[in-house]
Amino acid sequence: MAFTSSLEVKDDAALITLTGELDAASANTFKDSVEQAATHQPKRLVLLMANLEYMASAGLRVLIFAKQKMGSDVDIYVVGAQEGVLETLSKTGFDRSVILADSY
Amino acid sequence: MEAQRIDFYPTHTYKGYRLRSGKPFPFGATLVPGGVNFSIFSCAAQSCKLVLFNKHESEPFVEIPFLDQFRIGSVFTMVVFDLDVETLEYGYRMDGPFDPGRGLRFDASKILMDPYARVIGGRDIWGVTPNWQDSYQHRARLVLEDFDWEEDRPLELPMEDLIIYEMHVRSFTRHPSAGVKHPGTYAGIREKIPYLKELGVNCIELMPIYEFDEFENSRLHPTTGEQLLNYWGYSTVGFFAPKAGYAATGKLGMQVDELKNLIKDLHQNGIEVILDVVFNHTAEGNEYGPTISYRGIDNQTYYMLTPEGYYFNFSGCGNTLNCNNPIVRSMVIECLRYWASEYHIDGFRFDLASILGRDPLGYPLANPPLLEALAFDPVLSKCKLIAEAWDAGGLYQVGSFPAYGRWAEWNGKYRDGIRRFLKGDTGRIGDVGQRLQGSPDLYRGRGTTASVNFITCHDGFTLMDLVSYNSKHNEANGENNNDGGNDNHSWNCGWEGPTEDQGIQTLRRRQIKNAVAMLMVSQGVPMILMGDEVGRTQQGNNNTYCHDNELNWLNWHLLAENPELFRFFSRCIAFRKAHPILRNREHFRNVDYMNTGYADITWHGTQAWNADWSEGSRVIAFMLSGKHAKEGSANDDFIYVALNVYWDALPFQLPRLPEGVQWHIVANTSVNYPDDIWGVGEEPPLSDQNTLLLGGRAVAILVGR
Repeated sequence: MAFTSSLEVKDDAALITLTGELDAASANTFKDSVEQAATHQPKRLVLLMANLEYMASAGLRVLIFAKQKMGSDVDIYVVGAQEGVLETLSKTGFDRSVILADSY
Repeated sequence: MEAQRIDFYPTHTYKGYRLRSGKPFPFGATLVPGGVNFSIFSCAAQSCKLVLFNKHESEPFVEIPFLDQFRIGSVFTMVVFDLDVETLEYGYRMDGPFDPGRGLRFDASKILMDPYARVIGGRDIWGVTPNWQDSYQHRARLVLEDFDWEEDRPLELPMEDLIIYEMHVRSFTRHPSAGVKHPGTYAGIREKIPYLKELGVNCIELMPIYEFDEFENSRLHPTTGEQLLNYWGYSTVGFFAPKAGYAATGKLGMQVDELKNLIKDLHQNGIEVILDVVFNHTAEGNEYGPTISYRGIDNQTYYMLTPEGYYFNFSGCGNTLNCNNPIVRSMVIECLRYWASEYHIDGFRFDLASILGRDPLGYPLANPPLLEALAFDPVLSKCKLIAEAWDAGGLYQVGSFPAYGRWAEWNGKYRDGIRRFLKGDTGRIGDVGQRLQGSPDLYRGRGTTASVNFITCHDGFTLMDLVSYNSKHNEANGENNNDGGNDNHSWNCGWEGPTEDQGIQTLRRRQIKNAVAMLMVSQGVPMILMGDEVGRTQQGNNNTYCHDNELNWLNWHLLAENPELFRFFSRCIAFRKAHPILRNREHFRNVDYMNTGYADITWHGTQAWNADWSEGSRVIAFMLSGKHAKEGSANDDFIYVALNVYWDALPFQLPRLPEGVQWHIVANTSVNYPDDIWGVGEEPPLSDQNTLLLGGRAVAILVGR
């Protein structure tokens, strides 16, 4: 399934909805959304992942990029991630860099 | 205005692939704007092709010859643009003479792995039988070196404060009883960090994690038919790549991230990481072994060859890496710098390190350039460098390894000396006195930290087996019990192997406690073997290199079965950490340089101030005067240790302490659990301050405060 990334800004949160497969080819689209989100200087970055089917190492790197871009005082929420994506996050240890949530 | 670079655009095309000449440094495959810079050297190749694959595909999608103008000296280098970094696998084909007598073994039919490959595919999931038809078994891949370390860097704990725990990545959590989500992996270790902290160790030493092939020389046991593997991994395929099969994410190619996250987590918990590195040989074996990389790229550079072109075998594994060839030397240094800087590794233990001091014809060098270069390297300057100071070619350098003020050694004489003393051999008192002091007889001028003290390690018996077997039982290895060492200095306490006899079981537990107590009060750097703290057994096998089963896996049920041992270990470790006098950096001087009325160390026996050093003695005691802690810069208590390896109880007259100071009991291995050892600060005062009655084959530790 093709990858999509859409940004919505609500109050002091930036919400990015991800769908499809996040791999090296699509990582830049996600990165663009993160950069756009950063221009709004949100207090929270919320990544809605319920319809994200797969995340490759390139996707992990954008999460780290987001953390560095937003600054350490901006919390990053990973919401509704599917089992495979959660597994990838926990095995590599990136689950500690973000806040995992079932819903937002 | 920002200056524009003009050197990152293509100048040539080949079959639609856009290229330009590359940069020779760094060697390997490096990401550059828009492409990948490939660089590889070969002193004798006539031509070279870059072979590109999509991940897991058996046929390459293109082979691009290096144009003649893309070669500088002996380095082939070019940039290829528009490659997919995540799915690319690459190799080389080298053409040149096949003339083994002259050390040349080129074979253009082989696809060769980059010696500098930082990720290697092909054995992505542990134990999955490889496709032997694949013409490219170990596949170089690319890696992004952009891990987010945040504030982390190597911990730089003082060497004298280390308590090393030697472990095998897979063995530590593979057993079902480990109860981790990702058994046998880097991620599995992460889940067990609380256990390591509870035990109290502050450094783990990982048996080899450089990419190796568990199927190298794999075979079936001649009678049981069981699959035997290259399980320990002392045979390197690629020096720059972490073992993918040890990563839960290996099949996704994320082993680099997983390992780095483990190291970052360990560091956050105050635990250092030392790698056991194998630079003495490679997985290519002798002339009958596979051609993976080095042999086909630059055989006479990478390997020590006889004048007839055969492989020297100082490693006992078929070939010997030519470490004091200047090119190989550079590779080793670059490799270690890479692991120290990119993975934040805290130190390295060099397998069969004496080979690193041999010249290309195998003669020991007085001043080996590789060892010197490592000792003075700026990137490695805070890394621990530990030598296994012997090799399989008969060079034994414990105490004489070229140290340059930097190198520590696995003290094999500590292991043997303590073992012999412990089993009750006579004539050992003088030797054990040296070992307890950090072996000043071996390391005078180098300090206590030159000595890594251990009684057990992966080679040989576990501690439980050391007190349960008189001789090795290696039948499971399928070599008719001919493999493995015979000089174990072990004693079975009266019965060979498992027994229901309570007396023997009690004595074994006591001997284990004696061993760890001695280890933790010795000057130098203690190392314990994974599982000894819970009584792990290998059923008398002293060479379990080939077993992916319960002979190697740590059975975590043992923790519930032997809480007594675990508690004894963790309390001995806590005691060592609480007392700086046990961790002096310099050897004792046997004088009272702090004017306290007591020399830094004094020797005693059943009579205070009168040690029995005679041939028949099995008794020794020593006292440390705490005002001499850290060479007088720290203030510590008095510590008194009595060792009685005689079979019967003996009274020890205690040295008198200054007014107002009393002896308290820390540990007495002849007393039953739970009074065998006390927690730091909870030690009760001795009711009799003049005499300690110590049971047979027992160790007592007192603290005077």
